[in-house]
Amino acid sequence: MLQALYENIEQTVAVILFGIGFVILLLQRNLIRKIIGLNIMSTATYLFLASMGYIHGRKAPIVVDGVTQAIHYINPVPTGLVLTGIVVSVSFTGMMLALTVRLYRRYRTLDIDQIALMARQEEVE
Amino acid sequence: MSKRRSDWQNRPQERFVRWMREGYLALDEAIEDSVIQPGEAPPEVDPELAAQHQEAALQHRHDRDLALDRLAQYDLYAWTLTKGRRLIGRLHVLLSLLLGGMIIFFLLGTVAHMPRFGAADVPANNEVITRYIEQGLAETGATNMVAGMILDYRAFDTLGESTVLFIAACAVLILLRIDLDDKGQPTQQLIAEESDDRHYEPKNDRILQGTAILLTPILLLFGLYVILNGHLSPGGGFSGGAIVSSGLILYLNAFGFKKAGRFFSYKTFQLVSFGALGFYGVAKAYSFYCGANGLESHIPLGTPGAILSGGLIMPLNIAVGLVVACTMYIFYALFRKGGL
Amino acid sequence: MNFVNLALLGMLVVCALAVSFTKNLLTSLIVYMAYSLIMAVIWMLLESPDLAITEAAVGAGITSVLFFVTLKKIHALQGDRDHEQAQK
Repeated sequence: MLQALYENIEQTVAVILFGIGFVILLLQRNLIRKIIGLNIMSTATYLFLASMGYIHGRKAPIVVDGVTQAIHYINPVPTGLVLTGIVVSVSFTGMMLALTVRLYRRYRTLDIDQIALMARQEEVE
Repeated sequence: MSKRRSDWQNRPQERFVRWMREGYLALDEAIEDSVIQPGEAPPEVDPELAAQHQEAALQHRHDRDLALDRLAQYDLYAWTLTKGRRLIGRLHVLLSLLLGGMIIFFLLGTVAHMPRFGAADVPANNEVITRYIEQGLAETGATNMVAGMILDYRAFDTLGESTVLFIAACAVLILLRIDLDDKGQPTQQLIAEESDDRHYEPKNDRILQGTAILLTPILLLFGLYVILNGHLSPGGGFSGGAIVSSGLILYLNAFGFKKAGRFFSYKTFQLVSFGALGFYGVAKAYSFYCGANGLESHIPLGTPGAILSGGLIMPLNIAVGLVVACTMYIFYALFRKGGL
Repeated sequence: MNFVNLALLGMLVVCALAVSFTKNLLTSLIVYMAYSLIMAVIWMLLESPDLAITEAAVGAGITSVLFFVTLKKIHALQGDRDHEQAQK
């Protein structure tokens, strides 16, 4: 099994990065680091997806010299999917950062535990 | 079919709907309360009253801590807040690491059964890929197969993604925008936020302005090149739009909002974003109409390799590039100042 | 080529771990920018130049700039007037 993991080294590293990003998202108390952890998770997913398209010995999917046989090019579909994913990832990062700025203006701290505590107190009063 | 409950108000569906509705209204009211009305000066603070309030708050907190300590003997939640805090913290860390480890372990078990990396006979390389590669150039006219795929074969996904970008820009507008009041004067909130921002920066930084004078034309030109050549070489609307917005952000940073507002105002942003998305929708509607009724779309495909080729791909690239550039620029401007 | 591949993937994991272990928020942001850049080089090695250009422009460019501006707004950079530092 270790031999199989070493042959698919990109996918192994993508899975490890996904786990690291997830643990950062759970354990860090600062909001900015949670957002960075979420970004690490999403780029790890893109690495996993795009490494499925690679085929040994073939070139990037841009037609040169009029050669259009499928045997000379890698799989272009995962590239298209990941392109959409990267742009969606920047959209939600922008929105989460806007929410962070508003939270800071309201509660003057970025620690998620203290924000939850203050919100609960305000709810009671 | 089964027996009916006599208390239909307490059914889970009804309780869920009530919870959703009340929670929503409470959230609405909370947002309304926290918006500062324009024109209000911040209230003056009386030092004696402030000291009294401070003492009252401290006393309140002291009482609450005493109550929590007393409750901690027989209430589990109170115990986790006071005496068990360290234990619960460590338990949280341990369980999170265990969960992360389990996720990695199970996914690695999946990876070990995946087909070998770089093999050519995987199930992902089926006849769809063969069709896209071999007839892509003849059917779409684009040399860059990925651009031809995302803007011709699968252009609906790109429309959805541009819409997501537009929605994110609207959401950030709602959250961060600070308006001028009725007479066009900046509100108290705007003055407070903006003076806070530029307080320690020199107004005219020679190094930054010299660099911006050199780099902004290069960035804008390069971004435009990447957008226009999306169907011939790597690039396309998204990366080209990001590069164009980098040039605009550099200019904004160096010269301030007044000078940048001369060519990029809020109305420009509205027109360009909405117009580009609308044009994309209309163009794709035309393609769908022709395809569904078996008509032939009379848009010429051109010779592959020339810049005016690929049918509708170049106009769509320009539309996507404009949307992306405007969105990134408005993100930056909203974060800095709260408006354009 | 395989050695370069292995080295880059190893650096990716090191960067991802370093984000959580630094004390200063600015340092973890710069490490995130480096992570994004290494990811762009890996896309290039996987023969996807579209993804490399997009990741370099968007990840190391726009997202990091937005993070820096957010840090400025929450007064977490050094040398600000009121030291309302964000805690760990």
